[in-house]
Amino acid sequence: MVADITERFASSMAAANVESTRVEAAAFEAALEEVVESPAVGAPLGIEGVSLEDTAVTVPPTPRLLMDAETGVTRVHGGIAEYGTFVIQSDAEGTEPVSLYPRTHVGVVRASDLHEDVESVAAWLDEEFDAGRDSAILATGASATGDMGEIVRGVHGPQTVHAIVITDR
Amino acid sequence: MSETTTRAEKAARIRHLFQTEGEAVFENTNHINNGRYEANARTDDIEELRSTARRIKEDAIERLPELIEEIRESVEANGGTVYLADDAADANRYITEVVEDNDAESVVKSKSMTSEEIDVNEALEANDVGVYETDLGEFVLQVADEAPSHLVGPAFHKSTEEIAELFNAHFDPETPFETATDLTQFARDYVGEQIRDADVGMTGANFVFAESGTIALVTNEGNARKCAVTPETHVAVAGIEKLIPSVREFPPFAELIAKAAGGQDIATYLSLLSPPVDSPVIDFENPDEPLSGGGPEDREFHLVLIDNGRTAMREDDELRETLYCIRCGACANSCANFQHVGGHAFGGETYTGGIATGWEAGVHGQESAAEFNDLCTGCSRCVNACPVKIDIPWINTAVRDRINRGADPERFDSLVEGLTPDEEPGGLDVQKRLFGNYGTLARLGSATAPVSNWLADLGPSRALMERAFGVDRRRELPAFERTTLRDWFADREPLPSADDGDRSAVIYPDAYTNYVLVNRGKAAVRTLEALGVDVAVAPCYESGRAPLSQGMIETARTNATRVADSLEPSIEAGRDVVVIEPSDLAAFRREYDRLLPADRAENLAEHSYEIMEYVYGLLENGADAAVLEGGADVAYHSHCQQRTLGVDVYTEEVLSKLDYDVVTSDVECCGMAGSFGYKSEYYELSMEVGDTLREQFEGETDRTLVASGASCHEQLGSLFPRESVHPIELVAPR
Repeated sequence: MVADITERFASSMAAANVESTRVEAAAFEAALEEVVESPAVGAPLGIEGVSLEDTAVTVPPTPRLLMDAETGVTRVHGGIAEYGTFVIQSDAEGTEPVSLYPRTHVGVVRASDLHEDVESVAAWLDEEFDAGRDSAILATGASATGDMGEIVRGVHGPQTVHAIVITDR
Repeated sequence: MSETTTRAEKAARIRHLFQTEGEAVFENTNHINNGRYEANARTDDIEELRSTARRIKEDAIERLPELIEEIRESVEANGGTVYLADDAADANRYITEVVEDNDAESVVKSKSMTSEEIDVNEALEANDVGVYETDLGEFVLQVADEAPSHLVGPAFHKSTEEIAELFNAHFDPETPFETATDLTQFARDYVGEQIRDADVGMTGANFVFAESGTIALVTNEGNARKCAVTPETHVAVAGIEKLIPSVREFPPFAELIAKAAGGQDIATYLSLLSPPVDSPVIDFENPDEPLSGGGPEDREFHLVLIDNGRTAMREDDELRETLYCIRCGACANSCANFQHVGGHAFGGETYTGGIATGWEAGVHGQESAAEFNDLCTGCSRCVNACPVKIDIPWINTAVRDRINRGADPERFDSLVEGLTPDEEPGGLDVQKRLFGNYGTLARLGSATAPVSNWLADLGPSRALMERAFGVDRRRELPAFERTTLRDWFADREPLPSADDGDRSAVIYPDAYTNYVLVNRGKAAVRTLEALGVDVAVAPCYESGRAPLSQGMIETARTNATRVADSLEPSIEAGRDVVVIEPSDLAAFRREYDRLLPADRAENLAEHSYEIMEYVYGLLENGADAAVLEGGADVAYHSHCQQRTLGVDVYTEEVLSKLDYDVVTSDVECCGMAGSFGYKSEYYELSMEVGDTLREQFEGETDRTLVASGASCHEQLGSLFPRESVHPIELVAPR
C-alpha cells in the first residue's frame, strides 16, 4: 500500500516537473548530497534518524542565508499523491520561508505522511488545525507566471523543486 | 447627445480596443479557455465538484451573519483583529490607521480584486505610503498606470513585446529586455527588494475559513506567501462573501479554482494561513541574526472584511448568486465578445467579464454595470464554464431589465407604438424595443412581403432604421416569406408514412422559421413524417427569447405564458414538442423556470426536444435512416445555447450515422447572437468575432455550410459568399 502511494506521488510529481528520490532513512545523507547545490540553508527536519546535522546544509536560517542560498531544505509534512503536492506547515524554525526563498527547494517527506487526494489531506489538516498547527502551504511544482506573455518558471518562489521520500518512515 | 452619436462613439471605442488590445486578449483568453476544457475533461467528477461547491456557497451566504461572528472569534483567539468595513471609505480609513500605527513607509501587496474595488492604493498613497504590487501582472499595470482588464490576468491585454517596450522606457536597463524570461527575472528582483524593505504586507483572500480564522490564497508566483510572512504586520482584505465554514469545505474549491482560472489541475500554491502565523518574521536589517520569533507576540494581523453593498446583494433575489463567484475569470475566457475586446470594454469600474454586471451593480451601482452590460449577448457559454454554476446570463438579463426601467420615459416612444405590444416601461431604448418585439415585426413583414422586403432594402429606409433604431445598414436584413410555414402546412396533405410510427409531435414554429427561414420548417415536417411521426404545427408565438435578450423580462413572461398555453393541450394529447431554433429550446429548458410557475416550466422542458435530438431518438428507436439523405461533406457550426444544453452532440451523431463527413467549428459563438450583430454600435465587434469562425472554415470551400441557429445562419451569410443550411434541410427527404 505505502509503496503504491509513493509510486503515484512520484509519478504525479514528475508530471509537475518535480524530480524525486526515494531512499531509506540510512541513505538520506548521500541522497541529499546528490541534489543540494551550495550554499544551502535548512530548517530542522524532525524526522527520526534523518538530520541535516552532518550535511553541507546550514541550520538555522538567517535572512542573509535566505537571500544567498541556492538550495533550501525543509521537512514536507504531507503529500498529495494525485497531484504531487507538498504540504508544508508553518513553524517557528522557519520551514515556510526556507521552502520559499531559495532558487531550489528540496522537500523531505516521510512515505507514511502521503495522502491520496485533496479530500483526505483536508481531513488530516482539519485535525492538525485543531491541534494548533493551523497554517500550511499546498505547493505543487515550481513557482510560475504567465504575466509576461508566456509561462516562465521561477518567480517569487523556487524555480526547481526536488523531493526526497523517506520510504521507511 | 443624439442616439446615433452615442452609438457611433461606442462603436469607435470598441473598435479602438479590439484593434489595440484584442490580439493579446484573444491569445491569452483562448489559451486558458482551452486549458480549462482539457483540465475538466481529465476530471471524472467535475460536475459533482461544481454542484458541491455551489451548495457550499449557497449555504455560506445563507448563514453569513453567523459566519462573520465565528470568524471574529476565531481570528481574535488566534491573536489577530477583525474589522468589518461598511464601505470602501470605512475600509480605507481602518487600513490607513493600521499602516500609520506601524509607522510604515511602504506596503507590499499581492493581487486582490477586492483591494482594487476599494481603491486602497490611492488611499495609502495620499498618506505618503509607498504601495508596491508584487503580482507581476499587477506590477506591469502599476508601471503602465492602467486598470486590470481581467479578474485573473490583469495584464492580459498586453503582449510580451508591449511589456518589454514599457519596461525599457520606464527602467532604462543596460541591456534592453526582450523575452518573457528577461522581464520576469527583472520584475522578480525589483519586486523582491520591495518585499524585503516593506513594513506591512497586504493580501486578499480567495476563501476565509470561519472556524479556524484561516485565509486561503491561491497563487502561482509565490508573491502572496512572501507578502504574508515576510513583514511583521499582515493585513488581509476580503469581501464578506469569501467566508466558508471550515477547511473541510475547501476540497472542491481547491480542485476547481485552478482548472477554471488557468487550466491547471491545481494551483501552484494554495496557502492556508491562520495568522498571526508561527513563521519567524524576516528582518533583513539584521541579516545575520538567526530567524526567530513569530506568532502573536511578534506578529500583527488584521482581517478587513468588506461589505460595500454585499449585504444588500444577499437580500436581492437576482444579485445574490453573484456572491457565489470565486473570481476565476472563466466567464470572461469563455465569452466570444470578451475574447475579442477584453475587460477594458467588457468591464466596469473594477470587475470584468460576464459576472462583472452582478459585481458592479452590487458594489458600484447600476450605472457602472450599464456601461458594458449589453456586451453580454446571452449566448450562455459561461454557464457551463462557471465552477459554481452561476446563471451569469440571467444576472445580465435581470440587471438589463432594471437599467431599462431606470431610463428616461420621454424618449422616442411614438416611433415604435403599434409595433410593440410589450409590457415594458416608457423610455425603454427604442432599439431594444424593436428587437424585443421581433415576432410582431416578422408577422407584419411576412404579411406584406415582398413589398416589406423591397422597402426595407431601400437606401432611405436603411438610413432611417440606422438613425432611429440603430440597425446597422451594413448588415443584410432577413427577407420575409409571404407564405409562412403554417400556411404551407395547412394547405398540404401529410406524407403517407406520417402515422406509421408510434410518436406524434407538434413543431414549435419560431418567428424565424415561420416567416423567414421557412425551408427549415418544411424540412422538419417532411423528415418527421418520413420517419413515421404524426406532425402538427403550433401557432407562431414568440418564445420570449427576443425580449429576454433586450432585458424585457415582463414581455418575455407574457410570451412564455402564451407559448405554454398554446403547447400544453398538445402535450396533454401526447404530442412531443419539437423545436427547430436552439435559442428557443434554451428558453424552454433554462429561462422558463424563471418566467412560469415551476410545474408548467418543468412540463414544457420535459416534453421538448431539439429537432436533431428528436431525429436521433427516432433513429435509435428503430426508425429507418435509409429514408433520409446522407453522405456529403459538411462544415458544421453548432449554436452557442445548443452547446450549453449539450444537445449539439445529437446533430453530430445523426450526421455521422448518415455517413456525412463533418468538420466542426470550435468557436464559442458566431458573434451574431440574435440582434447583437444588427446593432450599429456592435456591428463591427460582431464581424470581428465572426472572423474567427470564418478563419476556421475558410479552407473548407468544398463543404456545405451547416448551422443550427437562425442568427448563425445570418452571420455565415455575411462571412461567406455561399448559403448555409440547417442540419434538418441536409437530411430531409427531397
